[in-house]
Amino acid sequence: MFRLEPRASAPLLWQVATPVLAVLATMIVGGALFAAMGFDPLAAIRTIFWDPLFGPASGYSRPQLLVKAGPLILIACGLALGFRAGIWNIGAEGQYIIGAICGAAVALAAYPLDAFWIFPAMILAGAAGGWAWGMVPALLRNWFGASEILVSLMLVYVAQKVAAWMAFGPMKNPEGFNFPGSRNLQQYEPAANPELIAGSGLHWGGVAAVLALAATWFVMSRHVLGFHIRTAGAAPRAARFAGVRPERLVALCLGVSGALAGLAGLFEVAGPAGQITESFGSGYGFTAIIVAFLGRLHPLGILLAGLLMALTYIGGELAQMMLNLPAASVQVFQGMLLFFLLGFDILTRYRIRRRA
Amino acid sequence: MMIDPLSVFILLLGAATPILFAALGELVVERAGVLNLGVEGMMIGGALAGFAAAHASGSPALGFVAAAVAGAALSMIFAVLTQFLLSNQVATGLALTLFGLGLTAMFGKPYEGVKAPPMLAGPLRLNLMIWLGLALVPAVWWFLMRSRPGLILRAVGENHDAAHALGYPVRALRMAAIGFGGALAGMGGAYISIATVLQWTEGMTAGAGWIALAIVVFAQWNPWGVLAGAWLFGGVTVLQLRLQAAGVAVPVQLLSMAPYLATIAVLVLISARQKFGRSGGAAAPGSLGRPFHALR
Repeated sequence: MFRLEPRASAPLLWQVATPVLAVLATMIVGGALFAAMGFDPLAAIRTIFWDPLFGPASGYSRPQLLVKAGPLILIACGLALGFRAGIWNIGAEGQYIIGAICGAAVALAAYPLDAFWIFPAMILAGAAGGWAWGMVPALLRNWFGASEILVSLMLVYVAQKVAAWMAFGPMKNPEGFNFPGSRNLQQYEPAANPELIAGSGLHWGGVAAVLALAATWFVMSRHVLGFHIRTAGAAPRAARFAGVRPERLVALCLGVSGALAGLAGLFEVAGPAGQITESFGSGYGFTAIIVAFLGRLHPLGILLAGLLMALTYIGGELAQMMLNLPAASVQVFQGMLLFFLLGFDILTRYRIRRRA
Repeated sequence: MMIDPLSVFILLLGAATPILFAALGELVVERAGVLNLGVEGMMIGGALAGFAAAHASGSPALGFVAAAVAGAALSMIFAVLTQFLLSNQVATGLALTLFGLGLTAMFGKPYEGVKAPPMLAGPLRLNLMIWLGLALVPAVWWFLMRSRPGLILRAVGENHDAAHALGYPVRALRMAAIGFGGALAGMGGAYISIATVLQWTEGMTAGAGWIALAIVVFAQWNPWGVLAGAWLFGGVTVLQLRLQAAGVAVPVQLLSMAPYLATIAVLVLISARQKFGRSGGAAAPGSLGRPFHALR
């Protein structure tokens, strides 16, 4: 019937076409799923992908695009470095939570002081917290050979428990009428991460995401480190001969992706979220994995993929309000998208030939 | 505080059962050379499907059958993608977990706040699923180590190219192993919803699938090791719950970290033993996680 012939290199056409194909296939199958559940598939797809940008309520939803895309892109940039090298940090969600807690801790310790250094110090603390949480699986892998996949993932659950503990214990707002959750940082000006341009949705997290994209591009395509990362991913043995030290690469990739995830968490807690609550984690750390793959681990692709994923979040909320679509349908969409992406990827790696 | 050791052991067996099922299934999958990180997704799928079927029919037995079917069905997405479309196993497994969590969150809403039917009682105050889990350990061991298909399965896992050259159906065997792993993961998940928590809540497996994956490493791909790992995990869980109930002066949230921290500790210990130990211990199957593409 058919046989697969490995390609020597992935053609650019298919590299660009497969994510687009995957999105289209997800829309079709997702639409069919909605139809099977008794919703109008066309209305659902339009509400998710079109209305947030151009629909009647787009004035409200458009700024949300940057609010949601910022953390996704920031985290995905870090993950892409590791994924390229075959280092699997799938615990970004935990690093995100710990970054937020560390950043918020600085603000809450400084409260009610009014000083210019508070926000910069929070940024440092957030990055350091995420970095430290990411270094745990890195060191355990380097020292003992423990799987970074499982350790980083376990630490997500630990981080969630830490957040819950903080919200009920050490960080509980003393003026919060005994409700769990920290003070709201949006109301504490020196620590707040407000919208920079009114109505744009852009806050410091978005700025950081753009910087991270530029830095990722530079490192991956212009710096020897990018060469090391790519070689280690494609041919680990060859990489050793090229002078790559795998331990350093593991520490670097997990540390950097942890720090970026921590930053994303800090900008979130000081901005849109405002406070540490029991359920602070919002799944950005996991969705960013999809963003990294959908963007083919390339900065430009990550930018587009981040915006698209942000769109599905906003569109999903809109569809929940307008059409009563279940809230979790976005998660299903995202999972399905990753399936299709991985499936269609065969077109970039193999040539399909008719068997003689 | 007096604790009756027998009742603690019974609690431990119950807490260990979901992990035991899922880890035994994943063990067979990994012995066939496939790394399926979607255990969590298949468990939560089984937890919902099993609960829904048990609730609708009033029969927990039917629930576990439905859970096995649901877990196997979910695993087939992974199987087709990794075996026919040669996708990356790590990424595909992750996708399965994300998909399973989303799908169950979507379809689980109507079952929130509904109670499970009474569990299947068995001899010695243990339900039938606990007995089935215990029986599966020697059964899987016998299959892998003493039967001919088990030998072929292990050969496929150690070196798929050599197995293929000998004429063994690498892909078909792996599909079967993945399906078996999915069915067991689904049943393990259903144990949580039907027999432990007695209701459905979103994301209720809470990392049990990932713990099962770690237990397989801990067990060094040996069924008896899986039993030990599951009991260890069950022991930590029961201890943690007992301490919570006894009202020790440690916040509940910190106590409930125990299973996850214990998993990391166990993973580190066993990895260190493999790295530094004189005997070395058993290594992972040779072809684990590598895609198989027969050129001829």
